[in-house]
Amino acid sequence: MMERIPILKLGDTLIVSIQGDLEDQGVLALQEDLADKVVMTGARGVIIDISAVEIVDSYIGRMLATIADILRMLDADTVVVGMRPAVAITLVELGLSLGGVRTALDLEKGVALLDHVRSTPR
Amino acid sequence: MTGDGPLPIVSNADIVAVRQQVRTAAVESGFSLIDQTKVVTAASELARNALVYAGGGQVRIEVVENARRRGLRLEFHDEGPGIPDVEQALTDGWTTGSGLGLGLSGSRRLVDEFDLDSVPGKGTTVTVTKWAR
Ligand SMILES: Nc1ncnc2c1ncn2[C@@H]1O[C@H](COP(=O)(O)OP(=O)(O)OP(=O)(O)O)[C@@H](O)[C@H]1O
Ligand SMILES: [Mg+2]
Repeated sequence: MMERIPILKLGDTLIVSIQGDLEDQGVLALQEDLADKVVMTGARGVIIDISAVEIVDSYIGRMLATIADILRMLDADTVVVGMRPAVAITLVELGLSLGGVRTALDLEKGVALLDHVRSTPR
Repeated sequence: MTGDGPLPIVSNADIVAVRQQVRTAAVESGFSLIDQTKVVTAASELARNALVYAGGGQVRIEVVENARRRGLRLEFHDEGPGIPDVEQALTDGWTTGSGLGLGLSGSRRLVDEFDLDSVPGKGTTVTVTKWAR
């Protein structure tokens, strides 16, 4: 059985914290679970905490971008928070700059960014 | 790690196992955190390529040493369809799959030495070396 990543709800924001090394299907399952939960709860913002993630390769990076795209179509904004410096350096060298993904340094700044994004007309 | 046999790459779980073994070997070889992250990321790309394009393969993880420093050599081998045009495969953005075409070109940037040897119909061997600084 594959472990699902728990999704927490705080007001109209969903928060997930990815712990440890994820298999490819785990990331795919997270994509589906988040899309379902956004629709179910009407959440307007999603924060994905990757502070415990030691590597992001092209697959995981692409999935983060895809998740942000999907959730945007479901009327929710996504912020990826807590990326480790070594992960950021490696991702850019790999050639993936995640241009379409909003990021913040930590959870608190992620929440503030979501507030800001939602108070600014798109 | 040296002396152990090659690690199989036949499932998604094996990609995670390869990442973990490469991480352990990189820590033992005295790699900085950034260099650990780079070599583990390269290993993840090459392991996934072997699984996705060749239906599986294996990797040999070896600690190497020269007069000045220690390093890690990873040899990925598969007996899949091979790569007809290696030059093209190493171009950023070139893919026959659904990826971004960054695995080969990107992992080449993440290591110090990169060697791609592929025979169409026979298989592919990618050997990468990264030195501790
Ligand atoms: N082991 C292999 N056997 C056969 N073909 C391969 C192998 N590795 C790579 N290729 C070929 O080279 C192309 C480029 O590989 P590369 O890893 O750079 O990009 P990708 O896998 O398509 O996308 P990404 O890695 O960014 O998700 C692949 O699309 C595939 O056609
Ligand atoms: Mg690839």
